[in-house]
Amino acid sequence: MNEKTMTEEQHFSEVIAEENICVNENLVFEKPETLLDTPMHYCPGCGHGVAHRLIAEVIDELGIQDKTIGVAPVGCSVFMYNYMNIDMTEAPHGRASAAATGIKRVLPDKYVFSYQGDGDLAAIGTGETIHTCNRGENILIVFINNGIYGMTGGQMAPTTLVGMKSTTTPFGRDVAIMGNPLKITDLVAQLPGVYYATRCAVNNHVNVRKAKKAIMNGFKYQDLKKGLSFVEIVSNCPSNWKMTPVESNKWMEENMLPFYPLGDLKVPGKEN
Amino acid sequence: MKELKLMKGNEALAEASILAGCDAYFGYPITPQSEVLEYLAQEALKRTGMVVLQAESEVAAINMIYGAAGTGKKVMTSSSSPGISLMQEGISYIACAELPCLLVNVVRGGPGLGTIQPSQGDYFQAVKGGGHGDYKLIVLAPSTVQEMVDHVKLGFDLAFKWRNPVMILTDGALGQMMEKVQLPAQLPRTTVEPEWATVGKPKTRERNFITSLHIEADKMQEINLHLQKKYREIENQEIRFDKFECDDAEIILVAFGLVARICQKAAQLAREKGIKVGVFRPITLFPYPSNELNKLAGQVKGMLTVEMNAGQMVEDVRLSVNGKIPVEFLGRMGGVVPTPEEILHKLEEKFVGEIV
Repeated sequence: MNEKTMTEEQHFSEVIAEENICVNENLVFEKPETLLDTPMHYCPGCGHGVAHRLIAEVIDELGIQDKTIGVAPVGCSVFMYNYMNIDMTEAPHGRASAAATGIKRVLPDKYVFSYQGDGDLAAIGTGETIHTCNRGENILIVFINNGIYGMTGGQMAPTTLVGMKSTTTPFGRDVAIMGNPLKITDLVAQLPGVYYATRCAVNNHVNVRKAKKAIMNGFKYQDLKKGLSFVEIVSNCPSNWKMTPVESNKWMEENMLPFYPLGDLKVPGKEN
Repeated sequence: MKELKLMKGNEALAEASILAGCDAYFGYPITPQSEVLEYLAQEALKRTGMVVLQAESEVAAINMIYGAAGTGKKVMTSSSSPGISLMQEGISYIACAELPCLLVNVVRGGPGLGTIQPSQGDYFQAVKGGGHGDYKLIVLAPSTVQEMVDHVKLGFDLAFKWRNPVMILTDGALGQMMEKVQLPAQLPRTTVEPEWATVGKPKTRERNFITSLHIEADKMQEINLHLQKKYREIENQEIRFDKFECDDAEIILVAFGLVARICQKAAQLAREKGIKVGVFRPITLFPYPSNELNKLAGQVKGMLTVEMNAGQMVEDVRLSVNGKIPVEFLGRMGGVVPTPEEILHKLEEKFVGEIV
């Protein structure tokens, strides 16, 4: 068949056949077993739902539902235990990594992860974050960075960009008053206790795939007992950014990603 | 007869936690209780495999306790007053989520940074809540180094029986002083996982989650009602107290912890002078032995409450007695320990005129 006369549909089928991408891993609408049917309370377009789903997929694929304990602290993801069909603990604001430490220390052969927002992990919980990383706890920290406090209604976060408006920086974040946004993943990547640190996003198909790989690594590396895995997911907050989901993703790509560039910050076996 | 050992209060308590089969200790150094962490760091891992971890703060320590307690393991922390203040948010979470754990407060003089000498200034904090919301700790008040030992196993037993945090409220003097103790036999570490524990969900059961968040008001009220019902039941079943020569007494000294022993000496001195004095010592500060005090109030002329604070437990004594008899108070603060002589003096000043 002549390429010029080929319909789009035919072309797509051919590509699919050729690249053999019709595999289980790529099925978009199959619900992971580890995800419950409870409707999520997240706002339309928010990245949390995708991130939850990725964790559920990874737990399914590794077959570790019976060995996994999650910790979600105060923040938008505080209800995570309503969505994940695994044992979970809801921790006080900022303290998820300490609670995860407690769990992992008494159950060293289980898989433990915390799921924390930027205010939780990089403001009120900075001390716990740094020391949990520095001790090299064999856990996974999933860090959702959307540059704002979602649950309390759009206040400035430690990661809020310079000039970015929030309800507590109504004229934009002024460095002279509020200091600079904190790149906490870059910071913890310097610590010997951190085995793997990477920054991802879930704004498009390619990034979703990469984020899933990173989360997968974070669970698998726990078997090695060589230290902590830290996966940052740069995300959006359409409601508090006061944008449509599409606008928020575009804004994120144009503003967040240049300051928080995606990619690995520390990879096992590589000098960084 | 079992072997007697001479041990410092803090070390005896630490030893007792190993013997009780404790699975994990998370703590942060603070005077006058740092020996607990030091002793466990030296002894625990090699003997029972118990986890001992120095946290980066008391805030982190209590949240490590929160996480680990959720797995159904026997876990413990200890600190002293300012450190316990830092833990209050976590304690409130633990109480609401109904997790068993043992907390130890080796109280020092406050407020603020205060002093490192003994005090009972944290009675209100321990007994009335301390953290936010309506919750209760079961509070044990040892008066000897032997009780510092005995209350560890008792504390764990009560914590698991009621799924409730238990606090041993002791003081800097008991923590630091040496006395002879009889140690119990080594118990094995817990192997049974409670059904509510977050240990990884097998296919055979629903997921477990530990939370203190119930966003609907009606649901949160239900949780509160459930907790209150439990606390009333604890009041019915777990009251513990000790009486010293109360049967023929005309005046009762009421004191907890170390002060009760000083009061015994004062009572002896009083009896030498012909004044019939007894000592009533609450061992559980929550649940409080109110009924017993009320009964005693019917047979004596007055009570003198002695505390190392500005007058905290005396409020509960007055509530218990409910106006039947006068309840006087003697308090020393800021790390000062009352002497038997000044207790006797206060007792004579307040009551002797009325006694024939």
